[in-house]
Formats: sequence, C-alpha cells, structure tokens
Amino acid sequence: MSALAVKTLSKSFGGLRVTTNVNLSVEPGERRLIIGPNGAGKTTLFNLITGELAPDSGAVLLFDRNITRTASRKRAHLGMARTYQIITLFPRDTILHNAMLALLGLSTLRWNPFTRLSRQQHLMARARAALGRVGLEHMAGRPLAETSYGEKRRVEIAMALAQEPRVLLLDEPFAGLSIDERRDVRELLKSIPRDVTVIMIEHDMDTALDLVDRITLLHFGEVIVEGTRAEVVADPRTREVYLGE
Amino acid sequence: MSSRRAAIVAGIVVLVALPFVISEDYYINIASQILLYAIFALGIDVLVGYAGLVSLGHAGLFGIAAYIVANVLAAGYGHTVAIVAALIGGLIATAGFAAVALRSVGITFIMITLALGEIIWGLAYRWISVTNGDNGISVTTRPAPFGLSLASPRGFYDATLIVFLLAMAAMAIFVSSPLGAALAGTRDQPRRMNALGYHVWMIRFLAFLFSGFLSSVSGILFVYYNEFISPQALALPASAAGLLMAIAGGAGTLFGPVVGSALVVIVQNVVSAYITRWNFMLGAIFVAIVVFMPEGLVPGSVRFGRAIWRAARGRKPTPSDRASATPIGGPRL
Amino acid sequence: MSFWLLLTVNSITFGGLLFLLSAGFSLIFGLMRIPNLTHGSMFMVGAYLGSTFLSGALGFTSDFWVAAILSAIEVAVLGAVMERLLLRRLAGQPLAQVLVTLGVSLMVADLCLMGWGGDPISVATPEGLGGFVRAGPAVFPLYRVAVIGIAVVFAVVLWLMLDRTRLGAKIRAGVDDPQMARVVGIRVSQLFTIVFGLGAGLAGFAGMIGAPILSVYPGLDQDMLPLALVVVILGGTGSLLGSFVGSILIGFIYNFGQALLPELAYFVLFLPMVIVLVVRPQGLFGGQIL
Repeated sequence: MSALAVKTLSKSFGGLRVTTNVNLSVEPGERRLIIGPNGAGKTTLFNLITGELAPDSGAVLLFDRNITRTASRKRAHLGMARTYQIITLFPRDTILHNAMLALLGLSTLRWNPFTRLSRQQHLMARARAALGRVGLEHMAGRPLAETSYGEKRRVEIAMALAQEPRVLLLDEPFAGLSIDERRDVRELLKSIPRDVTVIMIEHDMDTALDLVDRITLLHFGEVIVEGTRAEVVADPRTREVYLGE
Repeated sequence: MSSRRAAIVAGIVVLVALPFVISEDYYINIASQILLYAIFALGIDVLVGYAGLVSLGHAGLFGIAAYIVANVLAAGYGHTVAIVAALIGGLIATAGFAAVALRSVGITFIMITLALGEIIWGLAYRWISVTNGDNGISVTTRPAPFGLSLASPRGFYDATLIVFLLAMAAMAIFVSSPLGAALAGTRDQPRRMNALGYHVWMIRFLAFLFSGFLSSVSGILFVYYNEFISPQALALPASAAGLLMAIAGGAGTLFGPVVGSALVVIVQNVVSAYITRWNFMLGAIFVAIVVFMPEGLVPGSVRFGRAIWRAARGRKPTPSDRASATPIGGPRL
Repeated sequence: MSFWLLLTVNSITFGGLLFLLSAGFSLIFGLMRIPNLTHGSMFMVGAYLGSTFLSGALGFTSDFWVAAILSAIEVAVLGAVMERLLLRRLAGQPLAQVLVTLGVSLMVADLCLMGWGGDPISVATPEGLGGFVRAGPAVFPLYRVAVIGIAVVFAVVLWLMLDRTRLGAKIRAGVDDPQMARVVGIRVSQLFTIVFGLGAGLAGFAGMIGAPILSVYPGLDQDMLPLALVVVILGGTGSLLGSFVGSILIGFIYNFGQALLPELAYFVLFLPMVIVLVVRPQGLFGGQIL
C-alpha cells in the first residue's frame, strides 16, 4: 500500500497541458522530492493532489482510498496537510492564533459560536506544543506581521504539523530563506517522525537532496525521471533538463 | 481587561441613566433610533468587518421582517406571533438571499446584493396586495411585554436598550468564539482556511444568517418605532446608510457600528431639522469617509490622536502607526 | 394577437434602451473592474438635461436630437471628471471606488430632486416620429421602432469601434489584462477616463432617448441601475455581446412580466439572474469582449 498514489493524472488550462499523464507512488514514511525547472507543473500537481484543482482525468489515492472526487477541505480531515510556496498566513493575528486555527480546522469545535476561543485551554496547549516543535513557543504571543520571513515559514510548517497529517506536502519550504534560516528549516524537516510521509517541491535540486529518499523529476508536466537520489542525479536526462544540453 | 470591563459597565450605566438625564421625548426618540440602527449596523458589520463581504442589499432583509410584522398584525394576530413570524421569515429570506449572493465574493458580491436588495424593494413597491405599495402599512399598537407598555418614548427606549444590549452581547460572544475566529480566517485567507479543513462557504453562510437575524431584529424594532413601514425603508439609500454606519465607526470592531449609527442618526436628525437634503448629506459623508478615513472614525481618530500626541512630543511616526492606518479588522478599502 | 406583437416590440425597444445603458456599464466594469453605481444617475441626468434643453428654459429651444446629443456630451464630461477627481485618487482600491460611486449617486439623486422637483416630467416624442407603423393586423408606435434602430446602429458602431480602431484595440487589451496593457505602453489611466466618459455619455444619451417612453422622475436612476446590474450579471461583465443579449432578454422578461404579473414584475427579473449565477457564474458570455 502506498501513502499517496497518483494515477495517469492530467490537467490542461485552455489548450495548455500543465500535467500530462503523471503517475506517482509514495510509500508510507517516505521522503519524496519533486524537482523541475520553472513551469514544470510542480505546484499544479500539488493543487491536483490536495484537490484545489480538479483533474481532467486520472485519480488520486490516499492510503488506497480514492479521493479524486473528495472536496479539498475533506482531504485535510483524511490526513493531508500542505504549505504554500507564497506564505499564506493570518498576519493580523498572533502566532499562537495562527497555530490554533490549524488545530481548530480539524476539530468539531470550529462550528461553535458560543464558547470563547481563548478559553480553550486544551487547544491552546496543543498549539503551544506545535510551536515548540519549531522553536517558536517563546514568541507565541507576537503578531504574525511582526515576525521575520524565516519565522513565518516555520509557523507555516508548525501549522501543517499541528494537524498531525499522514501525508505532508511542502511547496518550496526553502524559498526566500537566508542561509541560517535554511539550516533551521532543514533541521526541522529532519525531525519530522517517520510516520509522516513527506512530499516536497524544490526548484533547485541541491537544497533538499540530503533530506529525501527518492526524487521525481518533472518537466513540462511530465515525469521524466524517477528513482533514488543517486539514480536521478546520474541520469543523463536530468542533466539535459537542468543544463539544457 | 478590567479597564475594558469598566468601560463596558460605564457605557451601560450611561445608557440606562440616559432617560433620567434628558427627559425630552425628542431626544429619547433619537436615542432609540440610534440603538435600533446600531443593531442593523452590527448585522452588516458581521459581513463587512468579519467576513470581508460588503453587502448593499441589507435594507431588503430589514424590510422583510418589518413587512411581516405589519402584515401579521393586520391579519389580526398578536405581537408575539408577529415577532416570531418576522424572525423566522427574516431568516428564511436571508437564507435565500445568502445562497444566491455567496455564489461570488468581492466586487461581484456587492453587485449581486445590490440587485437582490433592489428586487426586494421593487416587490415592496409593486406587490400592492401585500405591501399596500407606496402608501405603506401602519401598525397601530406596540407590544406590552410583561405588562410594560412600549407606547411612550421612555418605554420604547428601555425595550430597545434591552434588545440592543442582548445583540451586543451576542455579537461579542460570536466574534470571540471559534466560529467567529474561523469567519475572520475566511476573510483573510479563504484558500488556506479551505486547506486547513474549514468549509468556507458554510461558515460564510452561517455568518450571513446571523447578520440577517440582527437585521430582522432591527427591522422589527423599526416598524414598531415608526408604527409604519413603506418601501422607502428598503431602498438603496437605506442599505447605503446601514453600510455607512458599519464602516464609518470602524468595520470589524465591536463599538464601531454603534458610533457609526450615532453619527448617521444624529446628522440625519440635525440636517432634516434645517434642510430636506438628507440623501445629499449621506452621499457626501460616504465619499468623505471613504476618501479620507477609510478605516473608520474610531480607528481613524485613534490614529490621528496618536499622530498628534507624537508630534507634540516631537517624535516621528513609527512604522506600526502607518501600518495601523490600513483598516483594522475591516476589509481593505 | 396584436397585443402580443405590441408587447414584443415594446420588449425589444426596452431591450435596446437597456443595451445603450448597460454597454457602457459593462465596458467600465471590464476595464476598471468596478461596477459604476452612478450609471443609473447618468441615465437620469441625461434625461433631465435633455428635457431642459427641449423646454427652452435656457433661452433657446433645441431639437430633440440636438438635445439628446448635448446632454450625452455633458454627461460624458461629468463622468470623465468624476473619474479624474475621485476614482483616480483611489486607484487600486476597487472597494473604495465602488463606495464612492455609491456616495456620488446618492448626491446626484438629491441634486436632481432639488433642480427639477419631485414631479415627473414628460418629454414629447420627436417630430416626425409621433405616428404609427402598420404591419398586418398590428399597429406600432413609430418612435419605439426608431429606438430599436438606434440601438442596433449603436451596437454596430460600438462593435466596429472595439474591433477595428486603435482605441478599441487598447480597450480590448485593457479588459483582457490591464497589467499587460501597461507593459506594452498603453496609457491605461487615460483609457479609464475615456471609457468612463464614453460609458457615462451612452447612459445619458439612453436617458434622453428613453424619456419619451419612460418620462423623467426622481427614482428613475434607482429603477434603471438594477436593470443594468442584472443585464451584466446575465451577459457577463466586460462583454459587448453579453450586454446585447442580456438586454434583449431582460427587455422581454421585464415587459412580459409587467403585462402578465404586474405586481411581481420586478421579482421575475430575479429568476434568470439566479439561474445564471448557479449554472454559469461568469455570465452567459463572460470572458468574451465582443
């Protein structure tokens, strides 16, 4: 059984095919890197997997369950969490509130209009714990707008982890980070327990190479090469795509 | 926290004591109007301030409740039946209104709500067998709950104050609740909220129902206050006035709509005492607020006050002052 | 039989008026991404100004067509001035722009009430068009047929303007992608003023053309604006073809509704809007400019 399987997935916008017959199978606990140059269709593939886009054909399976027609919000409840390439958080609220929104999303408490959110001690403790995992517990009360870019990225990962996903999709987690911040995020990703399957998009191969088990190379919406790190790096087609030979 | 609580207690004391201090009926009536319109403005603020959805059709929802009261009373039923029917009817109308309007967000949402509001107005104007058209319907009696008559300005004020305080409490509870937090989340990042597992449409729909409920409550108070309802109360200027109240005081704040309601009602009464050009004033205030103080009077005055305070102490404005110049809690205007 | 024929002609006539009104509304929306809530006011002001030119209150009595053109020009200038003075200040803030047009529409309505009073003003049918046309068993007022002709001429002229001229090409580019239009060197802000003025002028012209049929009265703006909104929601924003088809549809629904269900005529308009929003939220011709 694979944690996430994608079967002959295709999507076009107008006449432009952005995802062409993509097959993907990620084992439970695996770390998978999806690379490819700009416009390779990496983020589109993520959007198809999370259901924010509907595919023209093909299927998405989460632990053998066909979720192709499942609403994207329900996929979160089935154990799928994601981060975005462009940080999408709640800038007016505190870091703690951001983390609480992530937890609340999976709790039936989210429909409750009568109780005070700030009185939910249990939820708040879990949110603090989630922030603790990314080393931000000490600044939980700070408004998000007053944090650095690297801290925002960590908040985003904390929110995804707080939902205790079975499959975690990270869209360019290193984009825009300084060297120090990259090191922090790298350590953070390494610390994710193996019961979480991680699929990561990176534009640049070297950044995340040592974090992953297998690599899928995407080019013009198609899977060009797939294999272990060594296999993909050594494959001539990889050089072709990246060096334009 | 305690200073905030003290301010709330002080506010309630002032409102309760008001009729003892100013005993003239004219002023008590103005106070009643401010409170009943504040409930309407709170209802609009649920959408504008907390959901980021600007409605220009809310006077229609306000009016439907008022017309139901008038019709049920005219059919010979009592006040309890009329009020319950108006609340239920208002909610049903709101559900239909919301189901259509929430096909869209942003600017198209404004257009759809405006069109829906105008259609309700058109119905009130032309469906003469139900609404008596332009002549409107009179309501001859006010209710007397627990034997307390609302016939006098004083009695009506007290009843309106109780309803207003309940509405404020409901609003305060709602906006600090998990559902309220989810609503604010859908305003700021609907896509992210969806990915986090929230049903964005349903959250907006529920907020719309709450908003329509408050509008209906206000419409019921309105028809009893005026003892009359006509299509004018549902027309676009009425929706615009409601929206102005919600944003003038500061959308997305608890007290902004109350300040906005006070502003609009006072200006309307003062202006109409001298000239009859109320709609011109309404439009002019609208333009002025949007152009010069988009975040609303309460946050806007705080910003100006801070800037003056800083200037007096010879300091330059900090970046956070400038940041707070964008609408707080409300949509970006 | 002749009743239905007459109703049909009336529907098309009204559709033609709606087209003149909503074509500008739709273009402004397509280009600036805001609904111009003063559009009903422009219609009403056009009619009021035209009626004043006709009445001779200004010391001269003008011909109906001269009056229509003069009021269209005046309203176009008003629209362009409003765009320059108010909307320009709020560039990039669509919500604020919409609210400003709302505020201005309230002010204009009150100013008209002040200037022209509360009584409806009837406008005489232009000379030579007061008669009737016979077609078999039916008799049609000549003026209504003429309005259909005017609407068709304007539709063709607008289509040619958008399809064949440099200005049209710029407008199409702006509607398609304002950012890109700016990149290729189109002065989008100037285009905004031109299109706003053009749309307002069309609305003003429509007001005067419609005046012999509808007359002029306070609240005319509020009667017309929702119709333009519904036309554009139906036809799709920014689409000339959409406003044309939407206008004719609404013309029929409104007139037949009024004849068959007079009390619910306004409500009947609501149904096609709901159906389109549910089935095709972008409108029938959303995304197609021509």
